[in-house]
Amino acid sequence: MSLRAPLARALHHGSAHDGVGHWLVQRVTATALAPLAIWLLIALLSLPSSDYTTVTRWIGAGLHPVLLALVVLIGAWHAWLGVQVVIEDYVHGFLAKTLALLASVFVHVLVAAGGLYALLRIALVSHA
Amino acid sequence: MAERPLSPFITVYRWSYTMTLSILHRITGVALALALLGLVAWLLSASRGADAYATFTPLLLSIPGKLLVVLAMAALIYHCCNGLRHLAWDMGWGFERVEARRSAALVVIVTLIAAALCLYALFRSGTGGA
Repeated sequence: MSLRAPLARALHHGSAHDGVGHWLVQRVTATALAPLAIWLLIALLSLPSSDYTTVTRWIGAGLHPVLLALVVLIGAWHAWLGVQVVIEDYVHGFLAKTLALLASVFVHVLVAAGGLYALLRIALVSHA
Repeated sequence: MAERPLSPFITVYRWSYTMTLSILHRITGVALALALLGLVAWLLSASRGADAYATFTPLLLSIPGKLLVVLAMAALIYHCCNGLRHLAWDMGWGFERVEARRSAALVVIVTLIAAALCLYALFRSGTGGA
């Protein structure tokens, strides 16, 4: 039995007041990703060939690096938010959950950074 | 934390096919997180020059590789269509049972047709496609 007042026990254990932010950002990134996903799918399927020259030329051409960077960045952002909810729902135990959430953040940031680096390299170096 | 009451889990509800679509949204979402990892690996290989590209891309163009790519594309189409359904619900549209079931059927039909087109596009020739 605790001697602490009910209010003191409740404080700092409730909503962190950023749940709506998470929900909203998930929807905003989803809205941005829908047209990007359709573009990427059609673009990949209509590549005339999958050889190195064709692919790197296509990646570096016009607005393609920008659109691909948006796919990678917004995709990683959206995936991070989604995977976070899945981990919170299915991974139990404080330590396992915390480690999984931490690993997820690191992997998603790594994906975003790696994708951006690859796109810059192709657009600025290989293509030239 | 441990002794907190849990909300009724899905096993207490009568199954309806909209529930399958709901869990598929999560499954395809996690699959797409992995697919993004694959896409970035492919971009990185392309950025390292023709040799690096030539070690990774043939894996994607093998029969199992192409099937994996088609599955990823199907997951993308499904997650995209069902995601639009979720966005519509968030705006308060289509939440009635009849409407939700009709939009569910539409998502399944669109996914199947688009996935079949992806399958055709990737396998129509030895070299074409992604």
